[in-house]
Amino acid sequence: MSGLLDQKFKSGEGGVLLTTAEDLLNWARLSSLWPMGFGLACCAIEMMQTFASGYDLERFGIFPRPSPRQSDVMIVSGTVTFKMADRIRRLYEQMPEPRYVISMGSCSNCGGPYWQHGYHVVKGVDRIIPVDVYVPGCPPRPEALIGGFLKLQEKIRNARLTEDPAPTALLAMEAEEAVKV
Amino acid sequence: MTFSEITDLLMAQFGPDVIQQANTTNPQPFLVVQKTAIASLCQFLRDDERLFFDFLACMTGIDNGLQASTMEVVYNLTSIPYEHNLTLKVVMPRNADGEPLPEIPTVSHIWRTADWHEREIYDLVGIRFEGHPDLRRILLPTDWQGHPLRKDYQDLETYHGIKVK
Repeated sequence: MSGLLDQKFKSGEGGVLLTTAEDLLNWARLSSLWPMGFGLACCAIEMMQTFASGYDLERFGIFPRPSPRQSDVMIVSGTVTFKMADRIRRLYEQMPEPRYVISMGSCSNCGGPYWQHGYHVVKGVDRIIPVDVYVPGCPPRPEALIGGFLKLQEKIRNARLTEDPAPTALLAMEAEEAVKV
Repeated sequence: MTFSEITDLLMAQFGPDVIQQANTTNPQPFLVVQKTAIASLCQFLRDDERLFFDFLACMTGIDNGLQASTMEVVYNLTSIPYEHNLTLKVVMPRNADGEPLPEIPTVSHIWRTADWHEREIYDLVGIRFEGHPDLRRILLPTDWQGHPLRKDYQDLETYHGIKVK
């Protein structure tokens, strides 16, 4: 039995594959999303489960990297405190383009249980960096995080090369905040 | 040793000025002691052969609010070889707005574990510990304003340009 690649593309029936540069680029990007290996709170435990053999994220080409400079996607897995906010922002800025952010769990989506009395919690990581996919749950199960990755893949599959890159979105976000304050 | 035996021993050693009250009605009996004597009292509790409180199990700071206008520090002591426990309480006046924070002598030179406990109490409740070797904030960032576990704490508007509420 030959593999999927062999069945679909190396059948010996033809040597030419036609596609657009955009589709090829998107396909390459979505097939090897390398997340940054960092966790913030209890969501990180679920994230580690997802990376481990039981759920095996590597079958999607998803494989944690030890440095932001080698990473494509940041999983904000847990409570974002004000003390950590500066660090998250800096890590995000150190990631190369194109970069994506998955906000994992209620805390990083909106502050979660710290919404009312959490003097130390940023009420949603989208107040400091632009977020691509929000994964609900407290904490989300590994299936939910995988679902988040599939959503992100879908988003990348439909991306246009002419779209603004993330730094432009970040600058727009800052300008918007400046108007509010 | 029982609570009343410990109380009698301390009463004989320090007198009623230092041991201000012995509460036995509380499910966990406690002694209210004089603030200025806390360090020498703790030194005695640890060093005395009969007591041997070698373990400071916990330390707590309490803000009783504006109406009571007092603050408390609670010490939970344990003797590991004798398996007896003791709770000490120090009550001090609360500082009004603009006044310096209340101060109490440190016990960090008696039990090393008090070092971080005292930093945490300073950080969150705002009680200073005289003679502490390194009284910095331990949990919150160094440039944080205020002490969040105080009853009259108001949330900041923004922190480093991030909206708080």
